[in-house]
Amino acid sequence: MDRNVGGEVIESIAGENLISLRDLSQRAIVEILDTAEAFVEVNTRAIKKVPTLKGRVVASLFFEESTRTRLSFETAAKRLSADVLSLAVASSSVKKGESLRDTIATIDALGIDAVVMRHSASGAPEQVSRFVPHVRVINAGDGQHQHPTQGLLDVFTIRQVLAERHGTTGRESGCELFSGLKVLIVGDLRHSRVARSDVMAYTTLGATVRVCAPGTLLPVDVSQWPVEVVYDFDESLAWADVVGVLRLQKERGTGSLVPSLGEFTRTHGLTWERAQRLSPSTLITHPGPMNRGVEIDSRVADLDVALMERQVANGVPIRMSVLYLSLAGRAPERSTDE
Amino acid sequence: MSSDIVISGGTVIHATSTERADVLIRDGRVVDVGVDLDRPAGATIIDASECWVGPGFVDLHTHLREPGREEAETVESGARAAAMGGYSAVVAMPNTEPAIDNAMVAQYVLDRGREAVVDVAVAGAITVGRRGEHLAEIAEMAALGVRLFTDDGTGVQNPLVMRRALTYARPLGVRLAQHCEDEALAAGGVMNEGEVSSRLGLSGRPAIAEEVMVQRDIELVRLTGCPLHFLHLSTARSIAMVAAARAEGLPVTCEVAPHHLLLDDRACEEFDALFKVHPPLRTVGDVAAARAALRDGRIDAVATDHAPHAPELKEMSFDDAPAGMLGLEHAASITLDVLGDDPLRLFEVLSRGPSRVAQLRGSDERPRHSAHGGDVRAGEDANLVVFDPRTTYTVDREKLQSRAVNTPYDGRAFVGRTRALVVRGAVRVSEGSLL
Repeated sequence: MDRNVGGEVIESIAGENLISLRDLSQRAIVEILDTAEAFVEVNTRAIKKVPTLKGRVVASLFFEESTRTRLSFETAAKRLSADVLSLAVASSSVKKGESLRDTIATIDALGIDAVVMRHSASGAPEQVSRFVPHVRVINAGDGQHQHPTQGLLDVFTIRQVLAERHGTTGRESGCELFSGLKVLIVGDLRHSRVARSDVMAYTTLGATVRVCAPGTLLPVDVSQWPVEVVYDFDESLAWADVVGVLRLQKERGTGSLVPSLGEFTRTHGLTWERAQRLSPSTLITHPGPMNRGVEIDSRVADLDVALMERQVANGVPIRMSVLYLSLAGRAPERSTDE
Repeated sequence: MSSDIVISGGTVIHATSTERADVLIRDGRVVDVGVDLDRPAGATIIDASECWVGPGFVDLHTHLREPGREEAETVESGARAAAMGGYSAVVAMPNTEPAIDNAMVAQYVLDRGREAVVDVAVAGAITVGRRGEHLAEIAEMAALGVRLFTDDGTGVQNPLVMRRALTYARPLGVRLAQHCEDEALAAGGVMNEGEVSSRLGLSGRPAIAEEVMVQRDIELVRLTGCPLHFLHLSTARSIAMVAAARAEGLPVTCEVAPHHLLLDDRACEEFDALFKVHPPLRTVGDVAAARAALRDGRIDAVATDHAPHAPELKEMSFDDAPAGMLGLEHAASITLDVLGDDPLRLFEVLSRGPSRVAQLRGSDERPRHSAHGGDVRAGEDANLVVFDPRTTYTVDREKLQSRAVNTPYDGRAFVGRTRALVVRGAVRVSEGSLL
């Protein structure tokens, strides 16, 4: 998984689409994180709203239902004062015969500036970006391809926590806290768009990544990824500064790729016993929704080092940042007070 | 006589030699081949200077979509595309709706073919409804002149059914043809399994899905002795296995599709469903292997797998869009790109080889079509192409003859195209345009 084979590296998403983290340079990612940090403050105000995108129209187009991601994006858009068109078109209700082009053309006819799009088919946002080149496309997760804002909010959350520990701010630290950081990503990598985005985000910022999964849940091209592959979860517990637990995607046929959920938990679940063998400072992330008792033990999920609630909270400023940069077409002024 | 045609000033491509000669055609047959032939009064003169003159191309693998999918292609429109590609005959694949799995549907397509600008032969299905369960009425279709049988679009998955089909077909003097993909191993994938598919998050159809069925069928041919043709081989290993089986003397033949000679799986990187096809576009190494095998004689035919689909279907997501791409109008250019200045081999893989596989040579005691892929000499049926190997052109999908426009080559420049085509003694293409 070399960076962006055959494509251009994007140095800033200002005015651009966000389809894949493979396309982004370190500079572009840091710009998004720094911009998000400024928006964190907005979310603590009594009036949680800035007029930045007033008059702009953002369509949220979810062909695959995801209440959490949709709420997060729509909240972000509203806090930027954009108008939000929320269109629920879960795959089951879209007539099989309707082409992506027809669907997006209909929505485009309503007059939109950006579309936030979730689809069960890999590549659908990129296809749509060709059909409506004048509309900014933000990928909210496509098939088994990419989930760029999840990858961004994961590294944002890690940077935030590490900066607090070092008595500094994320913005001041840039990406220096990722240098030498050891990240272990474990679970269903084969089907995971989150893993594909996380690996690019962490490695672009300078972290070292190990991945661990049963053989049948590893991607076929994992040897091309900028990661080390390990098969024994237990041997890497003490190594990790961060453990990224992935959701076991039972709906994608994972059930037939491992003998049983019980065996998966015993070999690759972050059980209470395994959590005891982590360094006390090791951070734990999970993109949600969790299968408690499968890939992560319920008590482990409630530890202080488990950052799931922070991840969800940080989803809003990250998505504000992405929408702002993509739609405003420029990096923000130092202050977001307008 | 007004029916006389003189193809003048070209290089005639025989099976093993070439010759600067004119060709005189009268009443549907070649009547003379020689230097500076007299031009009978009123004869139609076809200028073949700088061109190769040889037997019209034969496509073993054309999806004409009729009956059932006439919005994508008809026998009439597909035949026009074939004519522009230099084909004097095509074999219509049976995955229509309903499938060509009985004599009545076969006769319907043959009848439609009689009105078309090129000869249309038919391949029948091996099993009823192409479902891979019960044998279709192969003997009744064979009695109509059908010589090739396949469930193409899918392979016969059950090895017992395939064994029975081969055993049943052998005494009938027909050939079976297999679309080799084990569906269990293909696992619903949408592109070649590999580095690219995993990066894109698209599910893969691995090379092994093709290769295990190729090897299974080689063993079944060894067991039954029935001739078998391997459709659109796409992997280096598949080609090597068939070559080894042939070297052992087994009655196997094989084809490659033009897209597998030109495009690799990186073409899918932008998620454009125009590049979705089964078997999928493979790796750079597989493309190189297919090109080498085409040059050195291990491949019997280039066959288009011309697969028209209505535009809206190709504008769905990569997962949902149907597989297949157009091929008839540009296959000869791609073949020329591989073979370069080797007209003997080009006419072998585009005309003589496929004609042998489809049994269109006319030696059949029940000729249902005029003969294709034969020698260019007096007495032969006049099915001839005048191919210009120097002309450069750019593909414009708005100007294709097919009803559908799902070409993966729009905007691409190619060298070599049909200048003229004669089918059953009638000029169908002249000066590069359909008459």
